[in-house]
Amino acid sequence: MNFLTSVIVSLIAVGAVLVVGTIGGAVPALHPLFGVVIPLLALAVFILGFIWKVLSWAKSPVPFSIATTCGQQKSLPWIKPDKLENPSSKWHVVGRMALEILTFRSLFRNTKMQLDSQGPRIAYGWELWLWVAALAFHYAFLTVVIRHLRFFLEPIPAPIQLLDALDGFLQIGLPGIIISGFVLFGAAGYLLFRRLAVSNVRYISLPADYFPLFLILSIAGTGLIMRYVVHVDIVAIRELTLGLASLHPSVPEGIGIFFFIHLFLVSVLLAYFPFSKLMHLGGIFMSPTRNLRGNSREFHHVNPWNPEVHLHTYEEYEDEFRDRMIEAGLPVDKMPADAADSAEKE
Amino acid sequence: MADEVPKSQEMIRIDHNPPATGWMDTPTVIRKGMYCYAAKPQSVEYVGMPNPHKWNPEEEDWGLPENWVEIIVDGLRDRLDRFRSLKIFMDTCVRCGACADKCHYFIGTGDPKNMPVLRAELLRSVYRKDYTLAGKLMGKMVGARKLTLPVLKEWWYYFFQCSECRRCSVFCPYGIDTAEITMIARELLNLLGLNIDWIATPVANCYRTGNHLGIQPHAFKDMLDFFVDEIEDVTGVRVKPNFNRKGAEILFITPSGDVFGDPGTYTAMGYLILFHYLESMGLDITWSTYASEGGNFGSFTSNEMMKRLNSKMYAEAKRLGVKWILGGECGHMWRVIHQYMSTMNGPSDFLEQPVNPITGTKFENAKSNKMVHITEFTADLIKHNKLNLDKSRNDHLRLTFHDSCNPSRGMGLLEEPRYIINKTCNHFYEMPPNTIREQTFCCGSGSGLNAGENLELRFRGGLPRANAVRHVHEKHGVNMLACVCAIDRAALPPLMDYWVPGVGVTGVHELVGNALVLDGEKKRTTDLRGEDLPGMEDEG
Repeated sequence: MNFLTSVIVSLIAVGAVLVVGTIGGAVPALHPLFGVVIPLLALAVFILGFIWKVLSWAKSPVPFSIATTCGQQKSLPWIKPDKLENPSSKWHVVGRMALEILTFRSLFRNTKMQLDSQGPRIAYGWELWLWVAALAFHYAFLTVVIRHLRFFLEPIPAPIQLLDALDGFLQIGLPGIIISGFVLFGAAGYLLFRRLAVSNVRYISLPADYFPLFLILSIAGTGLIMRYVVHVDIVAIRELTLGLASLHPSVPEGIGIFFFIHLFLVSVLLAYFPFSKLMHLGGIFMSPTRNLRGNSREFHHVNPWNPEVHLHTYEEYEDEFRDRMIEAGLPVDKMPADAADSAEKE
Repeated sequence: MADEVPKSQEMIRIDHNPPATGWMDTPTVIRKGMYCYAAKPQSVEYVGMPNPHKWNPEEEDWGLPENWVEIIVDGLRDRLDRFRSLKIFMDTCVRCGACADKCHYFIGTGDPKNMPVLRAELLRSVYRKDYTLAGKLMGKMVGARKLTLPVLKEWWYYFFQCSECRRCSVFCPYGIDTAEITMIARELLNLLGLNIDWIATPVANCYRTGNHLGIQPHAFKDMLDFFVDEIEDVTGVRVKPNFNRKGAEILFITPSGDVFGDPGTYTAMGYLILFHYLESMGLDITWSTYASEGGNFGSFTSNEMMKRLNSKMYAEAKRLGVKWILGGECGHMWRVIHQYMSTMNGPSDFLEQPVNPITGTKFENAKSNKMVHITEFTADLIKHNKLNLDKSRNDHLRLTFHDSCNPSRGMGLLEEPRYIINKTCNHFYEMPPNTIREQTFCCGSGSGLNAGENLELRFRGGLPRANAVRHVHEKHGVNMLACVCAIDRAALPPLMDYWVPGVGVTGVHELVGNALVLDGEKKRTTDLRGEDLPGMEDEG
């Protein structure tokens, strides 16, 4: 599929979500549906879908110990092993996984190849922008999600209040600027820009890549609008969200249309999540090239379906080559006469 | 064949920009020089693999069974159920593109379907169509497509343009390993008899004779006897290898390429010299003609075939009653030994934890599978000052070291060979950091792609490696490329001749063989290759 088609299709899809969300917010009779029923259903799809996907992965065994080793193995006592890049104990694996999940270690290695055909010379430069943007995007997203817990918890736990204070430390204007929302929007914007600007990344991109980016940009955008541009009734929203959390939903009046658009976008993201590439959130924990030890000669890894296969035995081999082996002075298990005897018995 | 390969000045003009048409709408053209010949039916048949038949990749009809779609769809489902790796790698890719320019075949061809992400999408697109709800409902929107004959041909073309080197997997934030995807895709293609002959025939040979080259036992012994004569010419010492000897302490297995072709043969001489040197110190080692192959082209075919070929190692160790196994320099051989062997054919309780009989070192890292890499063994010997080495006998060499893909990314054997090189040579220069160790570049011919008919693919794929060698060749005058892999020793010499003339290729144990001072040896005037040692020319 051509990239323009992919972008347009994704834009139309997200546009449709926006329209439906707007209708849901504009028609008061639909508020229970868009404020309560759809979000709860979406949440259920997210949780069950996530569990289903992880279980479906877990159902398949890991037949071989296939860690990608990215550093020195543990071998002779005087050679320093690279415990994090080539783990030889479960704790090293925990360290490697923590680096991978919390700091995107592998992405940090990223290089960019440049070919100068005159030299000819190929050079590899360190290329950090993808790593920076990815890290900013994910940590901003996490911060936003945690901060939103204030809408679902009463009283608001101290750690969330602390995070709020950190996030808003700039203290510019009123309402106070919260950094995470802008970082999320900006980083998602960069990821979109990169996808469109780098020809090879554009070439591999699918509507399934643009759609979640547009969706998340819209979520961040409507969130920023609600905080800084149009007024929404935070007290009423909190009444609704606390009601959702306690499963005693109520839909107060005067919440404002943007909230329903925002909530519907989030609902779509939640329901879409388990069936999409966004499941890398779960997959990264289970990737066999990262979560296995590298010292696979030191321990025995079991394959539950280790197949029975036909082996070419030494006896068969010797039977075929016995005469020539004897002639060459190679030792044999059976002399020709014995071999003939045992062949007869069979 | 070689005259059909484009000149290097032409080949270097590579356009890395993708075409205007989307990849699903860009038909794959199977081009001469980029593919290997089809598997001969008799080789497929010999090992009982499905659908042995004569076919030609450039012809329209590939001689597939009528229900081939069903065979692939069932085969894929079966493998999804058996390999968690496959499921995760099918589901989690976000197409960030970090892998794109990490693949030597992409760098050398500019063909977007050689970007690891797109290579995987070739399979993933069919997976989505058949096994995901989104793919069934939304098709192309989520990158799903139907399995058709052109799709199958595209698989064949591009999964035999991947050397399973795992470089992309180092950079992938989810550790998606294209080698794993390629291995499984090749399993699927083998269900239809669509192997390449450069793999299928070595597999059949290995199954029958114990080695890829089909060397029969008496000929195997002859070849080693020939090395014995050569060694005597150079050193004046007659070494005495033995074969299939019951009761030996250690079984030695190396790729048969070292026995068969230059410059691997000099590495084999290095082993023989080392073993002779250690004999009087208590080394009790034997070679096997039955398990006369370290490499495993089965691993490029299917996991079952890999197991069948690999089984000879433990079987022979058991029959001979040895205590442990020592393995020679080879790349994918060590991926199989390190990550698969014990799982497939172990546990090897009939063996003992390897102990170096000379130094007493217990190889903790091999205590379960009981197989030690020869560079671990030799590095241990040198560290304990057990070898009398004359480094100056390698002074005519200015070396760099090529980490082979599998020992680096499927094992982590990085320091051991470097230690040996530093102890046997005076002039050693590393290539740039992005091209060595875990970031090393493939020779361009791995995973069974080192045939004669696909030289263009090999030279293109080997470009990043050659480019890094050229860098140290120009900067430090490097004239020898050391490696620990038999495929490298076969594939790198033509690659060097093409891109960096004036650089030779050597195994690490050839360097050991040159430097090792034997009891009762004559004054060496040449190295193992018979080339004069500067300053040591024969006075007579």
